[in-house]
Formats: sequence, C-alpha cells, structure tokens
Amino acid sequence: MTNPEKGPTRVLVVDDEPQIRRFLKPSLAAQGYEMIEAASGAEALARAADASPQVILLDLGLPDMDGIAVIRNLREWTETPIVVLSVRSREGDKVAALDAGADDYVEKPFAMGELLARLRAALRHRLRQGGEVPVFRSGDLAVDLARREVTKGGEVVKLSPKEYDLLRLLVQHAGKVVTQRQLLEQVWGPAHLEDTQYLRVYVGQLRQKLGDDATHPALILTEPGVGYRLVAES
Amino acid sequence: MTESADRSDRRPSPDALLAAAERDGRGRLKIFLGAAPGVGKTYAMLEAAHRLKKEGLDVVIGVIETHGRTETEALVAGLDMLPRRVVDYRGRRLDEFDLDAALARKPRLILIDEMAHSNVAGARHPKRYQDVEELLAAGIDVYSTLNVQHLESLNDVVAKITRVRVRETLPDDILERADEIELVDLTPQDLIKRLREGKVYVEGQAQRAVAHFFQPGNITALRELALRRVAERVDEQMLDYMRQHAIVNPWPAGERLLACVGPDEDAVEVVRATRRLADQLHAPWTAVYVEMPGHYRLNQAARDRIAEALRLAEQLDGEAVTMPARDLVEGLLAYARERHMTQIVIGRRRTSWLRRLFGRSLVEALLRESGEIALHIVPLGDGKRGRASRLSLPLPLWTSYAWSASYVVLAVMGARLIDTVVPLPSPAAFFLIAVVLAAVRHGLLPSIMASLLSFAAYNFFFIAPLYTFTIAEGHEVVSLGLFLVAAILVSGLAARARDQAEDARRRMKIQGALYDFSRKLATTVGFDDLLWACCYQVATAVQGQAVLLLGDKDNLRIAGAYPPEDDLDPADWTAARWAFAHGEPAGHGSATLPTRDWRFEPMKTSRGIVGVVGFRKANGPAALDPSGARTIAALIDQAAVALERGQLEGEIAEARVLAASEKLRHALLSSISHDLRTPLATIIGALSSLKLPGEALDAKARAELMDTAEEEALRLNRFVGNLLDMTRLEAGMLTLKRDWVAVNELFAGAAARAKRVLGGRELRLDAAESLPLLRVDFILMEQVLFNLIDNASKYSPASSPVRLSARRDGDGLVIEVTDRGQGIPAADLARVFDKFHRIEAGDRQIAGTGLGLAVCKGIVEAHGGTIRALSPGPSGDGSLIEIRLPLETAPPAPHEHAA
Repeated sequence: MTNPEKGPTRVLVVDDEPQIRRFLKPSLAAQGYEMIEAASGAEALARAADASPQVILLDLGLPDMDGIAVIRNLREWTETPIVVLSVRSREGDKVAALDAGADDYVEKPFAMGELLARLRAALRHRLRQGGEVPVFRSGDLAVDLARREVTKGGEVVKLSPKEYDLLRLLVQHAGKVVTQRQLLEQVWGPAHLEDTQYLRVYVGQLRQKLGDDATHPALILTEPGVGYRLVAES
Repeated sequence: MTESADRSDRRPSPDALLAAAERDGRGRLKIFLGAAPGVGKTYAMLEAAHRLKKEGLDVVIGVIETHGRTETEALVAGLDMLPRRVVDYRGRRLDEFDLDAALARKPRLILIDEMAHSNVAGARHPKRYQDVEELLAAGIDVYSTLNVQHLESLNDVVAKITRVRVRETLPDDILERADEIELVDLTPQDLIKRLREGKVYVEGQAQRAVAHFFQPGNITALRELALRRVAERVDEQMLDYMRQHAIVNPWPAGERLLACVGPDEDAVEVVRATRRLADQLHAPWTAVYVEMPGHYRLNQAARDRIAEALRLAEQLDGEAVTMPARDLVEGLLAYARERHMTQIVIGRRRTSWLRRLFGRSLVEALLRESGEIALHIVPLGDGKRGRASRLSLPLPLWTSYAWSASYVVLAVMGARLIDTVVPLPSPAAFFLIAVVLAAVRHGLLPSIMASLLSFAAYNFFFIAPLYTFTIAEGHEVVSLGLFLVAAILVSGLAARARDQAEDARRRMKIQGALYDFSRKLATTVGFDDLLWACCYQVATAVQGQAVLLLGDKDNLRIAGAYPPEDDLDPADWTAARWAFAHGEPAGHGSATLPTRDWRFEPMKTSRGIVGVVGFRKANGPAALDPSGARTIAALIDQAAVALERGQLEGEIAEARVLAASEKLRHALLSSISHDLRTPLATIIGALSSLKLPGEALDAKARAELMDTAEEEALRLNRFVGNLLDMTRLEAGMLTLKRDWVAVNELFAGAAARAKRVLGGRELRLDAAESLPLLRVDFILMEQVLFNLIDNASKYSPASSPVRLSARRDGDGLVIEVTDRGQGIPAADLARVFDKFHRIEAGDRQIAGTGLGLAVCKGIVEAHGGTIRALSPGPSGDGSLIEIRLPLETAPPAPHEHAA
C-alpha cells in the first residue's frame, strides 16, 4: 500500500519478540509497507514521535509498560491509527485497548491476510477523518448519513431511531470494530453501559431488516466479547 | 524385664533376645555399687575413667560430688567436666546436672555420680537415674555410682536394719539393666576408720543418725546385701545366657504372684515384699487393687496411696491392675484364678484382741476360700498409722451428721404429732424411716449415729417414765434393744444399697461418656470434627481443659483443644514432646515433669503413637482417681483408634488422588508428545521441502505444502488453547465474563471459526430468532461449540453433515450437536468427557488431544449447565452431544416506535 502523499506507508511494529518482528518485516515489505521496529513501550513512544509512522501495530504484552498505557500516552498527542495485537482469551485487554483509543485489534496468532485487512481499514478510516463520507455503500446497502436514509437494493428500509443510530455508528467506523460500550453509550446513553441485551436485540432486528442472516452474517459481524464490525469492503 | 510366661518353651525366649537386641545402639551402663557411703565408689569410678581416657576414649564428667576429698578432687582435675546448670530453687542456688548439655555434647562415656539423687523440682525428670536412662537411650555409655540401700525393694529392709529411712530410691531393674556392676567393697573396720578420719561425707544426716548408721553390725548387714545383689545379678546373667541359647534347665515351677494392694500406708511394703519374693522365685507378679463400691468415699490421700503402690509395682517390673468388684475376697480370688496365680501376697498387721474377736479379717476369709492358691502373709507394723488413716478415710462431712440428726428430730416431732390424734403403740417405724433416710442419703456412719440418736430419743420421749433415760418396764427394755439392733442392721443394708447405687451411677456415667463419644465419633464427618470431639470428650471427663497434639517428633503442634487453646508453656511442650517421643505419660503424676498441671498421655495404636492428649482440671493439676483415669484411658484409646482411622482415610484418599494425578500426568505427557510432535513434524517437513533448492516442486505442490503447514500450525494453536483452558479450569482461574448472548450469534461465531476443521462437511445451523438470550461467557461458550463441531467432524465421514441446533426446554435452553459418524461405544459414553480420554479407533489414531470434550464439560458446568453424550443419535447413527443451560430473563429494551 502506498501513501498518495509520500512513498510507502510507514508502519511502526511494537513487539518485544524478535521472531514476530523478523517474519513481519519481509511480509509487510512485500505488501509495500516500510516497517519501523520497537521492542518496548518506551521505544515505541520515542519511535512514534521521531519516525512519524502512519499506522502503529502494538503488542499489548510489553516488558516495560502496559500496552494500554502506551495507547493513552500516544492518544494524548497523536491520532495515528493503532492496531492492537492480542491473544484470544484476553478479550478484556482488547476492549480496554479499544476504549483507550486503539482503532482495531488482531488476535495472535494471526494470518497475514487478516492483519493486512485490519491495517487497510485503519488507514482508510484515518484518510476519511477529514470529512465524513455522506453516503456509505456496502454491497447493495446504501446509508445516506446526511438524509438519514437507508436503502437495500434500492428499496428504503424503515428503521426505528435506535436502529438507525446503531447503524450510523457502525457506518462511521465501517471496517473497524466498535465496542459494546461505545455503542451502548452513544445510542442508549451512559446509564446503559451494562445493558448488552439491548444490543443483541437491536442488532438482531437490524440484521433482519437489512437481510443479513444472523447465523451467517455478511454485513454486521459479531466480535465475540468485544463488539460489532460493519463489513466495509465487498 | 518381665519374665516370659512360657518357661517350658525350649526356643530362646523372645524377651531375652529382645533385651539383648535392645542393648545394641544403647549406651552401656556400669554401676559402681557400694554397701554404704564412703567406701570409695566415686574414686573407683574416676580411676576407671582415667584408664579409659588414656586409651583415647572421649570421657566427660557429667556430675561428681567430691565432698571436698582431696584424693577424689585430684582425679577430677584430669578429666573434662560439663558445666553445671545453675537452678534457682526457693531462693537457693543449686548446681544441677545439665542433661541437655550432656546430650548435645554426646561423649562416648559420661560419669554420673550418685544415681539415686533426686533432681530439683521442675527438672525434666524427678530422679537422676531417669537422666541416666535418657543418656543410655541416646547411645552414650554411663558410669555411675550407687549405694545398695537406695534400691527400691531393699528400702524397707535397710530401714529396719539401720533405722534410717532413705528417701531417695530407684527401681531395682536399673541394676539389672546395668551391663556391668563393680562392687566397691571395704571392710566395716576400714570404713569406720575412714569415718573417724573425716573421710566420709553423708549428706543431710544428723550426726547421731550417722553414728547409728555406721555401726559395725549395720555395715556388715549392708555389705551382705550388696554382695548378695551382685551375686544375684551374676545368677541372672547366667540365666539370661541360658535362655538366649535355649539351654534346657529345670526352671522353677510356673509361679505367679499376686500382691493385694489396699488404701493403707503399708501397701507399698506389700508390693516390695512381693517383688523380693518374685525375684527369688523368678516369677512374674501383679499388684492388684480391688476397687469396691466404697472406693468413692476414700479421701484423696488414700487414693494417692493406692496409686503410689500401683506405680511402685510398675517400677519394680510388676504389672499393676485396678479391678472393680463388689467384694474384696471374691474379686481377688476371681482375678487370681482367671490369671492362674499361684500365690497371693497380703499384708497382716498385729491387731487388738477386740478386732480379732469381731472382725472377719481378710486373711481368714481368704484362707477359707483360696483353695489351691497359696497365701503369703507379710507381717506389717502395729498398724497405728494405718488405723488412723483408715478411720479418716470414709469420714463423711459434719453436715451429713447434722442432716441425719435432723431426720431423727423430725421423726420425734412426727410421732408426737400423730400420737395426739391417734394413739401410737410404738414410734419405732418413724425412727426407722429416719435411719433409712440417713443411710440412703449420707452413708453408713451418719445412719449409725442416727440409730443411736433414735435409740436415745425413743427412750427419752416415748418410754415411761417420759423425759428420762430410765426405763420402767422390762418388756420396754427388750423392744428398745430390738429396735437398736434393727436400726443398725437397716442402716448397714441401706448404706450398702446406697454405695452400690452410687457405684452403678458412676459406672453409668463412664459408660455414658464412652457411649456418647462413640456416637459422636460415628457422626463426625471431617478430621477437624473428630479432633474437636476427642478434645471435648476428654475435657468433659476431667472437667477441665484438653488439648490434642499431632505431628511428628520434631514438629508437634496443637491440632485441637477444648476450650480453644493455641499454646502451652514451654515446660508443658517439653512434657508433651517427651510423651510423644517415649510413648509414656508425662506431666502431672508421671515420672517426667510431675510438677506440671498438665498431664500428657500418648495415643497409641497398632501403627505406633499417633498423637498426644493433654489435660488438666479447670482449676489445677490433672489428678485423677483410678476410675477417672480408666475413663480417660478408655476415651483416649477410642480417640486414638478414631484418629488412626481418620488419618488412614486421609492417606487412602491422598493415595487415590496421587494415583489419579499420576495417571493424568502420564496421559498428559503422552498427549503432548503425540499431539505437539505430529503437527510440528508436518510443519517442519513442509517448510523444509519448500526451502529445497531448484524447481523440484511445481506451484501446486508448493501450495499444497503451504496449506498443510498452515493447517497443522492452526491445529497446534487449538491444542495449546485447549490445554490453557483446561489448566485454567483446573486451577479455578477461569472467571466467566457473562454477558447477554444471542444463540444465533453464538452459532455464527462457532461456525465461522469451524470452517477449516469442517473440511467440507456441511454445518447445519438451526436456531430460531425467537430464542431467549443466554447469559453466558461468549468466548468460552463459542469455544465449547467449536470443540464439539471439531470433534463431530473428526469422527464422521467427510460427506456427512454436522448439525448444530438449539431449542427451549422448560426454563432451560438445550443445544445439540449431532453427527452421522461412527458413534460412541456405549462403554465410552460416560467417559468421553474425561481428560485425555480417546476412543480407540482400530489402528487409526485420530488426531486430537483428548482435551476438547473435557474443556467443554468444564466450561458448561461452570455455567451451571450439564453436558452429556448420546449414541446413536436421533437418526440411528453417529452421536449427539446435548448441552443444557439455565435461562435467565433479560430486562427488555425500552419500547420505541419506528420513526
């Protein structure tokens, strides 16, 4: 992937395990990324400042400091997208990282294709930050944020206000995971952060209205224990 | 050293062999025996020590009394001496032998002067000879000195010869246990000469007594005693040798002696006499105390005397027995016959003509009924001391007399009152009632007093002339006389009935306590409950405190106490440890630390000593009468057995767990070695093939290799995941992050992850939109479903579908995973969820970890659900795994209208 402004995209890979960095370097280079390395939290902060990467791949288990603390520190001064590397059983860490300002996560061990997709989504989101895209399209679904209109295969889909709010939030972060907490807070308010059952019911209704099969979802993907992700590419 | 019962046996006597074997590892004891102080025992001992030291032996002086004799002091100078322990005793500073220092120093040979010495109160052992025993047990050789008059069984004889009673005695068997005895002999003339020269020091004896003691006649007698003891010893050594080597010998007939012990002061004399007799006859002997109903009225001093006599018997190597019986003669003879005793030894004191006239003496009664058993009568003193103490024994309180008198007063008043209404021919019945009442409530003496009082009152108030003690008519004299006889007879009978009733009540109490205890033991579930029950029962029985100590020799700890107690005084700890280490009682009333309040009894079982029970009365020492001691002993025995059982159960359970975990470890090892190696081998193989130079592989083959490597790596990842989950489940570290979850989302997640493992099989998902939400940990539940799909695909053909369905069933949700594969053999149905259990599939080992289903079971059960396997499945083949999860009601989302 190349940056339209200046040459290859710089990705800062923060991982204390050299084998991971060793195999990522050629793999990422092959995909047109320039990889900068950091083996600790402190080094990561220094490299993020002096090498100005366009995206950061951050392992949460660092020897010197907590990965979440690294994210908070970074978020104090930069909006550079952060993709977190985490293990499956530690979904609490993922949610904490996302809530602290990380853009997405990839589970270790990961397939290269998956990692690249996440990096692309994170970068696209960043590119889009300047101005909101008024109409989102994914397959035959179109969401016109300016007109609050949702069409599926050209036909208007009638959504309740909460359903629409939910969809809008997913659209705004299309391709990225949105945590349950973020969804509940913005749609139902901060008093309902624990009421995940609302989310299950409304996502179910939304899937039904948008023609997405709950058992084989192609549009709104469930991220177990974390949240939901709207498929951006089709 | 008890003699072996079976003397006619020609095999070497086990006791003799045992005694010889016991000596190995023990230190050797040499005693320098003398007839009297001043014969030069200490000197001889020191000389011998110097000889050994010259030979290079490690010799240390433990304790030596030189009494300022210069030649002795000169000998001390050349030897190492242990520093004495300075003890403060009632304001005086005393130098005492330091046993612990000696044990720590552990020389080859230690010199301990004056073995009969009594230690200061508060020392570990009351007597120095017990220190010597401990040194011997620790493997240290001991040289010691002893005067013959200190021997327990000779104590009375010596007192009679010299008229000086020696208080410091020690058991005779110490002499027998000595490996060597050296008689230090001096002629009486020489000894008296030394005495005159001031070379003899006799501690604590008044000068006159000393003068009396050192009469030529006395010394000659003592010298003879000493010589005889040594000669007897030689005789015994020969016997020992003969027994060890099974040399046939006309052993003395199988005599067995029984010493009859009573509450009199001279009971100990009977015991000593029996011991002497038994020694001469080489016969085993027993001292028995027959506990009669009247026992409970004995005062403490009398009970102590009985206990002392029995203890002495044990010290003198006899057997001590307390035996309950209603009648002394009956009980004694029954016991003697039962144990085939050949002689009964009793004491007889000179009695007055009055006693001879009226008293049915024990001797006469025994003579009449003893039959084939010989009686051996030991003449005792004039019995003045004995009689005084006997009278004091059953002395009831003065209040008993007051009460008894008041009954008589009431009888007088009652009779007079009735007499005013209906003329009474005789008031005798009223007085009899008073007498019986006194007998039943207060015992024999108060009731006899009541009889006499009634006799007087009868005369005074009812017999003409009234209000005088004179009697007018002859027949009144007769009826009054008859009344007195009747009253005394009745009081005797009633008092006896009372004693028996009281005795029965006490027995009931003991039995009740035991019954209570066994019932309590039967219902205890845990080991802690058991400990508590033991402590509670002992504490209740002694009406005080009880502690139970468990552990090992170096680490004894309080395992239970009632009332709760978590520490003891250091001295009590010492006593407890001693009791545990030696398997003998320590503390109050024992030979070790007897001044403590606590008494510690070892809990002995067939497996050895399991613990120690300590107890004391609520407000003082743990003094017990024989029946109390019996109760405690019975309780402790029962507790020991229960404790042993508890420990055994624990050990069995532990062994079972150990065996199980051993099996598990084995399974885990084989699983890891197989399940890790196989994918690794594939990955390494595939990658190394890809690295081969040249174009040996075409694009398709390369892709194939890469796919294989990737798939195997993923499999490895799953295995590690399951292993981690299992570990977390077992360590109890799996915390559920419960969240509301829609079943179809769960299915979708599992299906997405299972795509690769399905290997082309169709996965049918069947979950209605209308199903209620589950409150589960999404990730873990998805893992369960994934594992089940993985498992189903492993055991079913590639063409058959796997079905995942959910339905509501009452207040639960049922999820089923069905396959059409080979199914599960009935025998394996219950075990498929066991760790590392894998179904044998002929020669085909299916790649798997044997962990997947165990993880499923763990996770489902953590959610409060159940999981089970059914085979064949609903379509008549394959298998069905059914998960049942409880449902909770989710609060509904706020209602809103579509915009």
